[in-house]
Order: sequence, then structure tokens, then C-alpha cells
Amino acid sequence: MPYLEETYDVIVVGGGHAGCEAALACARLGLETIMFTISVDSIALMPCNPNIGGSSKGHLVRELDALGGEMGKNIDKTFIQSKMLNESKGPAVHSLRAQADKQDYTREMRKTLENTDHLTIRQAEVSEIIVEDGKIQGVRTFSKAVYRSKAVVLATGTYLNARCIYGDVSNPTGPNGLQAAAHLTESLKANGIQMVRFKTGTPARVDRRSIDFSKMEEQTGDERVVPFSFSTDPESLQKDQVSCWLTYTNEKTHEIIRANLDRSPLFSGAIEGTGPRYCPSIEDKVVKFPDKERHQVFIEPEGLYTNEMYLGGMSSSLPEDVQHAMYKTVPGLEHVKIVRNAYAIEYDCINSRQLKATLEFKAIEGLFSGGQFNGSSGYEEAAVQGFMAGVNAAMKVMGREPYVLDRSQAYIGVLIDDLVTKENHEPYRMMTSRAEYRLLLRQDNADLRLRRIGHDIGLVSDEEYEKALKKEKDIESEVDRLEHTNIGAGKKVQEFLMNHGSTPLKTGATLAELVRRPELTYVMLTEIDQGFPYLPEDTAQQVNINIKYEGYIRRQKQQVAQFKKLEEKKLDVNFDYSKVHSLRKEAVQKLNLYKPMSIGQASRISGVSPADLSVLLVYLEQLRHGGGKESGDERRI
Amino acid sequence: MVREMDTIAAVATAMGSSGIGIVRISGEESFQVLRKVFRKNRGGEWDEKDSHRVHYGFIYDGDEMIDEVLVLVMKGPHSYTAEDTVEIDCHGGILVMKRILETVIKNGARPAEPGEFTKRAFLNGRMDLSQAEAVMDLINAKNQYAMKSSISQLKGKVSEKVRDLRERILYEIAFIESALDDPEHISLEGYAGNLREKLEAMIKEVKKLIDSADNGRVMSEGVKTVIVGKPNAGKSSLMNVLAGTEKSIVTEIAGTTRDTLEEHIQLHGISLNVVDTAGIRETEDVVEKIGVSRARSAASEADLIIYVVDGSVPLDKNDQHIIDMIRDRKALVLLNKTDLDMVVEEEELRRKTGHRVIKASAKDETGMEELEEAVKSMFYEGEIDFNDQVYITNVRHKTALTDTYDSLMMVMRSINEGMPEDFFSIDLMNAYERLGTIIGEAVEDDLIHEIFGRFCMGK
Repeated sequence: MPYLEETYDVIVVGGGHAGCEAALACARLGLETIMFTISVDSIALMPCNPNIGGSSKGHLVRELDALGGEMGKNIDKTFIQSKMLNESKGPAVHSLRAQADKQDYTREMRKTLENTDHLTIRQAEVSEIIVEDGKIQGVRTFSKAVYRSKAVVLATGTYLNARCIYGDVSNPTGPNGLQAAAHLTESLKANGIQMVRFKTGTPARVDRRSIDFSKMEEQTGDERVVPFSFSTDPESLQKDQVSCWLTYTNEKTHEIIRANLDRSPLFSGAIEGTGPRYCPSIEDKVVKFPDKERHQVFIEPEGLYTNEMYLGGMSSSLPEDVQHAMYKTVPGLEHVKIVRNAYAIEYDCINSRQLKATLEFKAIEGLFSGGQFNGSSGYEEAAVQGFMAGVNAAMKVMGREPYVLDRSQAYIGVLIDDLVTKENHEPYRMMTSRAEYRLLLRQDNADLRLRRIGHDIGLVSDEEYEKALKKEKDIESEVDRLEHTNIGAGKKVQEFLMNHGSTPLKTGATLAELVRRPELTYVMLTEIDQGFPYLPEDTAQQVNINIKYEGYIRRQKQQVAQFKKLEEKKLDVNFDYSKVHSLRKEAVQKLNLYKPMSIGQASRISGVSPADLSVLLVYLEQLRHGGGKESGDERRI
Repeated sequence: MVREMDTIAAVATAMGSSGIGIVRISGEESFQVLRKVFRKNRGGEWDEKDSHRVHYGFIYDGDEMIDEVLVLVMKGPHSYTAEDTVEIDCHGGILVMKRILETVIKNGARPAEPGEFTKRAFLNGRMDLSQAEAVMDLINAKNQYAMKSSISQLKGKVSEKVRDLRERILYEIAFIESALDDPEHISLEGYAGNLREKLEAMIKEVKKLIDSADNGRVMSEGVKTVIVGKPNAGKSSLMNVLAGTEKSIVTEIAGTTRDTLEEHIQLHGISLNVVDTAGIRETEDVVEKIGVSRARSAASEADLIIYVVDGSVPLDKNDQHIIDMIRDRKALVLLNKTDLDMVVEEEELRRKTGHRVIKASAKDETGMEELEEAVKSMFYEGEIDFNDQVYITNVRHKTALTDTYDSLMMVMRSINEGMPEDFFSIDLMNAYERLGTIIGEAVEDDLIHEIFGRFCMGK
């Protein structure tokens, strides 16, 4: 018999990066929300790398912030170094990354959660979900308490049946020795949810005092820090930053690894889960790139008040003695003292093709999920899914339409679309190459892309929204001014051009034409432009990008228009594809399994060929008017 | 419920004065329809299990006998559409064919939409998209060379070439993308220079395909030949001789042809679309003025201009206008009316126009063979071997190739302007996608409609 019964609008299972965003989104929308965590002290824990952002992940954080998420604000409060990556490349791949003080990050997020109305935090292990007639009813904890709700968001991260492994040592714990969740998997399986097993890993943490930094290259932060959050005042972030350090492995390191490969649980078969190809362990790298003489090792501080340093690039599940030996071959680490071992972690997660694009289970109404539980990897990937799952759970409870971002709107859209439509056999990591329209999906314009949606959801204030609208208007009118302001080939202008290594003008030109020259930028025009309006730096940056890359942006927009056409050809999710005679068997199976929402989504399902799509398109056409004398059947398939 | 495919019918041969016409019926009820309209010669029954047999008899509309026919019955899936199909071979007059089609429709079939038979063949898995398209080209090909080219496309020569280009472009995209995501292990140093070399080769190959498309168009749509000249120079007479009919009105009054007339002519395996134009001269007559300006615009779009000169009257400023117009164009000069006293010198005309001059009399039909030979040699100079090269015969393909070319040129421009590598992939991707539309490996929403919509009625 249940000894306690409480009722909430939404239950969130897990207090990691996904769980926090889900819980905050629901509570902020005014729904009574309870968030379960195995340890309140481990809310928003960063059990792996001590940073937020990085290539394409930085995009996710900024998009999340534009929609009204918390991660960007939290890292702005707790960063100890900040860097804009890839600045030598195009603006599409510029990406923000900040080193976090891990403890501070956790503490700040906990503070925010604890001070949010309608949000209850509860330390307990959820062991069962309660489902009746295909609808979620609530959850039951290990101590048999029953909590009822209209929606549940699962964000269990890497805790389900977790096992930490190095060499022949195997501990049945979650990350960092925290208690694993040993019971929920059974309940999920009993409710027909398909589970898979993934693995990931983390490198050793070492004592700062045992490192010889003189043998490494110092990596400092940017002079001018750009905030993650569009709500943060850039001035408030200009402070002293800590350094990271770069060193390299060498042949000796690789020899030790190769000599001990047979003792690696990965190669011996002791680990059954599939690991991420894009976040490989050092032994993976040595095997995969046999000709590489060295691999990078980044030494990053775990916080301001600890001597622990993170060895980025050297995650491993080799035995403890091998770890010692291999780390000591790295210049600067000759006398290194390990505080925590490197380890691999294996855990249960789901086959995410069971989810709709709203992150709701197709088979269980009201059950949502986000984060590593969905088969992704990384804090940022987790946070954005948690947020979207939370928002859509809230929409369900409130009887509102769900929110689905498409691939042309946000990296978040790309990430979720990939998860729910593509075969995924390893932890999914966001990458710039996954986004087809990345010149439009820049980290610098996330507010212009998504503030409106965040405001619409109800998680962005009127004030913040109006700020974005004003920025948009300022950009538009300034671009217009530059396109229509002619500047003569006067002496001052010619001198300006020569000073910047630019060809002098023969006749007049518009200011925009000057900005388009590779060697010039918009802000340089202050020297010659009488009407220069001195806009805020982020607005000025948009003006520069919009003018400079106008042709590319236009072509990318055309690609998006083409993409949208296929997305807009809607398919009935209840259609039985075996009725289409000429589809190949494999396509029928896949289409019946995934039940895509549009031709566009169908096109991304592996096993559905362009020829199959042509058949579908002709079929659609046929239904629409191809000799429709019988019923004039207008319904879509 | 999804509607089953109903029964459709159409005239499968050209609606012209050919000897035999075919009315085709396809769909589940084909045999039932046939039963209602067809009576076997000796009154006996025909058995639909007797598939792929020819039956002799008559088509009746009620009690009225319409035509004496041969009927071919094909049980699905062994037919063009993979459905039950009936072909009625009737006498080829337009009226007879129309009448039979109407009768068939009265008895349960529905008129087929353009391309619907092939659409069904495709839907029923009888052919893939590019094959379906090639079928259309075969149907539309009006001469033997174009037909050969369509056949080689059916076999996949174009696909092969396009596939190869696509693979190479994809390799570059993949390289750039992986370097962006794994800069530690994949370096972009010196890449732009490498890519430039590869691009140059690709651009050349695409260009070659596009050029072949021009030949392809010439083959399948015919050489657009425009006849120009002053009023009463004998343009219409020439056209009539070439076409073998009295299509243009030939009178002695200058300015008789007030608009442009078109005729399709076969000449040594080349299709000529001959356009007869109003005479070009300065005129005050409003109607004639319109005709003259149409003539000018027809000439500006022409592949070949035949300039007809009345050799019995001296050249004047109207001739000078025409001579200016045909300078630097592919043109032949026909010095007409050799049956009269000539005042214009052949040599003078050659010098002024810079084009080959042929003496002829359209009235006596002399010099016509020479003209034909000249046209032929102009288009087959350099002895192009039509069998060994890949030819693009399809307008849609040509557009896709031109877009591909433009995109590759954009990449080249990005390289030359020193843009960061991540910009290259935008246009490389466009090139890749556009090529994909040719071989059906990229899906365009409106493609399907376009392809099947362009089929002629009967197929």
C-alpha cells in the first residue's frame, strides 16, 4: 500500500542539466512541479569536463538562453575563463566556451531552483512509472510513495543501472561514486519502452601542485568576454580569469597504451555499451590514428577553490597502474599525483526513435524525456532537451499546442530531429556539421531567431522580447542606411582605404560596398562615416555580418525555402504505409515504425530512399487530384 | 480509405492523319469496359485469360458500329503500367480515334491525365524516375539522334557522369565538415589551393555537359530555323517547298505574311523548326508592324537564320538592316529568284554578309538540295560522334546543370576572395543537391508533378 500520495502538475525525474531546465520551465509557467534527485548536493553536477559551450555546444546554450532557459545565466555567474573559439573562421562556426567553477555552478543552480515558486525539490529514487490506458498517471519511489501528475519528464542521465569501469575494476555506481538508480529500468521495460546501453568516459583529475606548467603552453581567456546570456550585461563579466594549459602526448605514451590494450575493458569486451566516436578515449585515439605522433592534452582547473585539474583529451578506462604510467609520460606531468581515476561509465538509456519531436513518448501520453536518457552526450545537449521536454510537458498540462523547432530554426531543432528520426548507435553529440543551415543559425543571432518563441511560450519577459525587437529594427535600418549612403572618392576616404590596404575608389561607392571588402569591417567606417550611429556592440556585429555575407546568407535562405517545402508536405501519423503498393518493404517498415510528420522528416529516416519519397510524393499528388472522381478525397496521407 | 487506381483511357498515338491509331485503357476495369464496347468478328467470346493475344472485331457505341479494330488484351502485371491493359488498334483518323475514346469513357473509363500511364508504371514499380523521364524524351524525340541519346540516358550514361561528380563534391564537403569538427586531427592548411584545382576540373566537366545539352536540345526540339528577308523575297515559297504544303499564303503582294508561321521539317535526321516571318521593312501598317517586330524577335532566338534575298531587285537599306541583324549569327543566305533576271551578285552578297550564299529558285525548286546540305554541314561540322558522348536532352537537366555550374563558380569566387573554408560548403552543397535532382537522388517537391505533367497524353 502506498503510504503517501501527493499530486503535482508535472514530475521531473532527475536533477542534472536536463532535469533542472525542465523543472524550471514548468514551475516558471506556473505549474506545480516536483523534481526528484538522488542527491540534492549533486544538482546540476558537472561530473566530466569543467566547461560549458564549445564548438556548436555554445550555440545550444545561447539558443536555450534566448528561449528562456537557465544554463547561460548560470555559467555567466560562475565562469572563471571565457573564450570565443574559431575566430579565424566564418561567423557561423564562432563558438563560445567558458570554464566553470564546478562547485559554484552547482551551488548557483541549486540556489535558483530553491528560490523558484511552484518548484519542490525532493531527494528520492523514482523506481516506477505509473501508466494506465497508455497515459501517464505519476511515479512511485523506491520507498513506495506515490506521486500523481498529469505529465512526467524523465531526465535520469547516466544513472540508470550505471556501472563505472577501469581495467578489471567495476563499480555499480553513478558518476563520481554517486548512487546509481537500479530499479526504474525494469518499470520502463514493463511499460514497453525499448532500452539500450551506452557508455561514456572521463579523464583523471590531478593535483595542481604536482604539475610542471613550465613545460606547457598557457591558454588565456579572451580580453573582452562575451556573455552566454542575452540578459547579462557584458560589462559585468570583465574580470580576472584563470589560465588553462596545453601539452601533448608522445610516442612513449602511445607505446604504453598499445602495450596494455588487452587490459582495457573496451577491447577485452568487458564494456558492452557503445561509446561516442566524437569524444573518444585516449586509447581510442591511439588506435584510430596510428600515424599521429601526438595528441593534445588540455589541463583545466576544476574551480577557484580546489587544486584539482582536469586532463582534457585523456579520458580512459585503462587499469589504474596503466593510467599512472601513461600520464607520467606527458611533458609537465612527470610527477603527477592523481586525485580521481579516469573511468568509463555504462548506463541504460532509450532508443529515442520512440519519441515524437515534442519529446513525448509515442506510446505513452504525458510521458516526456530529455538528456542523456535519450541517448545524447554532453551537458548542453542535455539542457536543451530538458527544456523542450519541460516546455512541452507544460503545454500538455495547460492544453496548449506543443513547440517543435525545425532544422532551419535552431541547433536545438537539428539535435532533436536527429534524435527522433535517425538511427543512433552511440551517444549523440552536437556538431556544427550536423546543422545544414549553420550560416543562419549563428550563436550571435540566437536572440533574433528565438526570443519571439521564448516570449510566446511565456518564459521570456516582455522587456527582454522588446529588446530583441528593437535590436532587429536597429539592424534593419542601419543596413538600409549603409546600402543607400554613397561616399565620394574624396581624399579622406582614399587615405582611409590605403591605410587599411584596400584599393582606392575610382568613383563613389555605397558604405555597404566598402563593408563587403574582405579587408574592411563595419566598425572601421567610424573613421569616414559622418552618420555612424555607434550602436551596441552586438547590434553592430549583426550589421557587419548581414552586409558582409549577404550573398551567402541569401543562398542559405533559398536552401531553407526548399527544405521548408518538404517539411510542409504533411503526412498523417496514423497512415498505414503498407497501402502504398510500390514502396519497398524496408521503407514500409521504417515509415510505419517512425510515422513521420512530413515528407521532410521521412526523407531523413535511414532506410527510406529518395525513390521511396518520389513514390510517396506521387501518391500524395494522386490523392489530391489524380483522377479523384470517387470521393474527391482531399485528406492527406 | 485510399482510393484504388481507377481505369483510365487515352489515345496513345499522335492525333494526326497516321494510318493506325491506338486507344489504350488501363486499370482494374479495363476488361469490363472492353466487354461493353467490343464485339468479336464471328460473334464469339474472347477470354481475358487469353492474355497477350490479338482479337479482331468491331467497336460499337450501343448499336452503332464505329470502327473495325484489332484488340490487344494484356493481363497485369505483364503490361506497360503493370495493370490490366487493353489496346485498341483502330483506323488512324482523328474523328475515329476521338469517337472510340468517347465510347470507352462512356462505358466506365476516365480520360487519363498527361503522363498518367507512365506515372502508373512508375507507381507500380515498373520503372524508376529517371527511366520514366527518359521515356518521355523518347516520346518527344523527333529524330534519330535524339532518340539514341534518350536511349543512352535510359541506360544510365548521364547518371554515371552525374554520380561521379556528386561523389567528388561530397568528398570535399565531408572533408571541410570533419575538419571543422575535429580540427586537431584534420587540418585545413593549404586546402583552398587543393580545392581550387579540383574545382577547375569539375567546372570543366559540368560545362561540357551543359554544352552537350545545347546539342541535345537541338536534337530533341529541333533546330530553330528562322527565315527572314524583305517582303516578297520568297520566304513563304521557300517554307512551302521545305514543308511540302501550302501553309504560308503566297501572293504577289508584298507584306502578305503578317505574323510568324511555324513548321516542323525533317532534314537528314535533323529536326528543323522553320519559322516563316513577316518581311522586314520599315512600314506604317500597324498590323504589319507587329509582324515585323515578331520577325525580329524570332530571328534573335534562332539557332539558324536563312536570309532570303530577291536577286531580281537591288539591295536597299532594308537589306542592310537584315545584314546587320545576322552578323555574327549562324546564317545562310539564299539568293532567290534565279528564274528571273539577276541584279544582285553572289560574291557581293557573300562579302557583305560574311555568310555562305546559295543560289536558288524557290519557285522552280532549284538549289534546295544544296541548301539542305549546307544546313546539315553547319550542325554536324567537326563530325561529332553522337554515340560515344553523353548528351543532356532534357531542359530540366540542363537547368540543374547550369545551377551546378553557377554554384561551383561561387565556390571558386569564395576561394579567390579568401573566405574561410566553412563558406565553401554552402555552394558545394547547392551543387551537390542540384546534381542529385537529375538522377533522382535529391527530392524536389514539385519535381514529380513537373515530370509527369509534361508527358504527352497517350503514355
